[in-house]
Amino acid sequence: MLLNVENLRSFFFLDDGILRAVDDISFHVNEEETVALVGESGCGKTIAALSIINLIPSPGRVVKGKIYFNGQDLLKMSPEKIRRTRGKEIGMVFQEPSMALNPVFTVGYQIAEVLRLHMGMAVKEAEREAIRLLGETGIPEPEKRFKAYPFELSGGMQQRALIAMAVSCHPRLLIADEPTTALDVTVQVGIIDLLRHLQKLYDMAILLITHDLGVVAEMADRVMVMYTGKIFETAPTVDIFAEPKHPYTKGLLGSIPRLGKGSKHPLQGIPGAVPDFLDLPPGCTFHPRCEFGDRDCRKKFPMLLAVDYIRQSACYKHYKM
Amino acid sequence: MWRHILKRLAQAIPLIWGILTITFFISHMAPGDPMDMYLEQQRQRQVDPEIIELLRQKYGLDLPIHVQYVKWLGNVVKGDFGESFRYRRPVLDLIAERIPYTLQLTLLALLFSTSLGIIIGIVSAVKQYSALDKGVTLGSLIIYSIPGFWMALMLVLVFSVYLGWLPTSQTRSMDYEFFSWGQKIFDRLWHLILPVFVLGVGSAAHKARYVRNRLLEVMNEEYILSARARGLKEKMVIFKHALRNAMIPLVTILGLHLPALLSGSVLIESIFAWPGMGTLAVGAVGGRDYPVMMATLMISAILTIVGNLLADITYVALDPRVSYEKKKPV
Repeated sequence: MLLNVENLRSFFFLDDGILRAVDDISFHVNEEETVALVGESGCGKTIAALSIINLIPSPGRVVKGKIYFNGQDLLKMSPEKIRRTRGKEIGMVFQEPSMALNPVFTVGYQIAEVLRLHMGMAVKEAEREAIRLLGETGIPEPEKRFKAYPFELSGGMQQRALIAMAVSCHPRLLIADEPTTALDVTVQVGIIDLLRHLQKLYDMAILLITHDLGVVAEMADRVMVMYTGKIFETAPTVDIFAEPKHPYTKGLLGSIPRLGKGSKHPLQGIPGAVPDFLDLPPGCTFHPRCEFGDRDCRKKFPMLLAVDYIRQSACYKHYKM
Repeated sequence: MWRHILKRLAQAIPLIWGILTITFFISHMAPGDPMDMYLEQQRQRQVDPEIIELLRQKYGLDLPIHVQYVKWLGNVVKGDFGESFRYRRPVLDLIAERIPYTLQLTLLALLFSTSLGIIIGIVSAVKQYSALDKGVTLGSLIIYSIPGFWMALMLVLVFSVYLGWLPTSQTRSMDYEFFSWGQKIFDRLWHLILPVFVLGVGSAAHKARYVRNRLLEVMNEEYILSARARGLKEKMVIFKHALRNAMIPLVTILGLHLPALLSGSVLIESIFAWPGMGTLAVGAVGGRDYPVMMATLMISAILTIVGNLLADITYVALDPRVSYEKKKPV
């Protein structure tokens, strides 16, 4: 296991109360594996990712849990040691490439900066390597793009440059937070292909955070479905698409528009709305929106338990599905 | 870039002309003329009216106002700003004499307020909500609310009158002539401490607030999170990635400071008996010394425009997104 997260809780201490953005989740990522963390916007998946590299914005913080990376607990590391892990051992790609690049420095400078810092490269050497990385991420004319400012590049190219930065030090784990969400559909495919290519090239594991089940189907080996800060279901990608074992997962899959022969069923949404984190329903947080929700569901949040030998579901009624 | 600068300078000419024309007519329409003011100040009302009339003719003050305007404008275009009624000396000589005094005061105050403002701003942003940050916030509010002239008088009272550490006014000591080379420099600086402090401290408070708020704003940007996620050292994140972005708008503020550098501060110069441009300009207005008045005004107008232009040019240097050239997309 490359990454093993145990009972992670990350809370935000607000004036109106405690927001449990990540509430007792456990998961792991194996070497060279792609695991997707799926859920609607605001379900806590980004906070879960930022918890790993200990960069949750204030007033949030990791309250409890263990995050083992390469056998070491990241939460017990000194700030200096975890800083050296970021960017070198764990790379991160963000949702909005135009905002994740510093507008006043050239793309090349920002890549070379990471190389000089973590790999101890000299200026010229880092420049050469940055140009090579830009080329490797599929940016045409990398020598010219090296000197370009972020605003001079298209969204797709900006994301490629950010990916180049994230993989520049050959990290063991790449956290990709909605890497394709802000991009055009045609560009998305290119980015997914690039991530898969780089994963093979550098033997990286990828923790993919997304709400896009299409991207999940393309990339992930395993899927974890998250809702209101908790993991609801986890299973291999194939199985989760074929036979979801949680009503929420079923709802998510039902709300994907489909074209072609299989589109006999009308598009189904999940009734209701995502509840307020500060005013969550008692028991299972999904029960007011759930077709199987009844009195039992109101009592206690169901544990994430094995349904069969490959998947786990946090639902009392999974046998009904 | 050069085209842009030349265009902006060409646009400035009609603007300056407009400013001067309006102020020329307003100042000449105000009651009283240099003769009245001069005689009133000298308490000599028993001067023969005929002599006064002759003097008016000599200085061209008897002519219709539009004729005076055309004559004055013609001379200004030739670079002749005329002679001060009050000092009987060429206006440009007077200004050349005053500018060094004003500049040493204003430049030092600008240096003081900018460096102090930036340092305090950074510290209170980095230590947001700490006791230091809260103290700075309260302190700058208080300092910013105190009128400069009152603060100047209080500081003179404490440091000059009670404690006797600093001089009350003037640019140098009475026995300055007998000092050695090093003592002279020390004496000048010693006299500069209070006026520079009073002139700069309010602006330092303002800049500290500005830098603090801008830096906090920038620290919330996603590229800062992204920089940290790349494992950059906190020092690099703050001083390179955040500060560069936060400082850009400060350039505009500094550009707007430029006219004040030469026009000086009327109140502070008066309190500290500083022979600078501020006192010259106010004296000229009070005495209806039209040539001096118009010349000081023209300097302010030109510097305001140049300051704005300089701020724009610096913007281009600092922010790659701003450009006055049509660039080909990369």
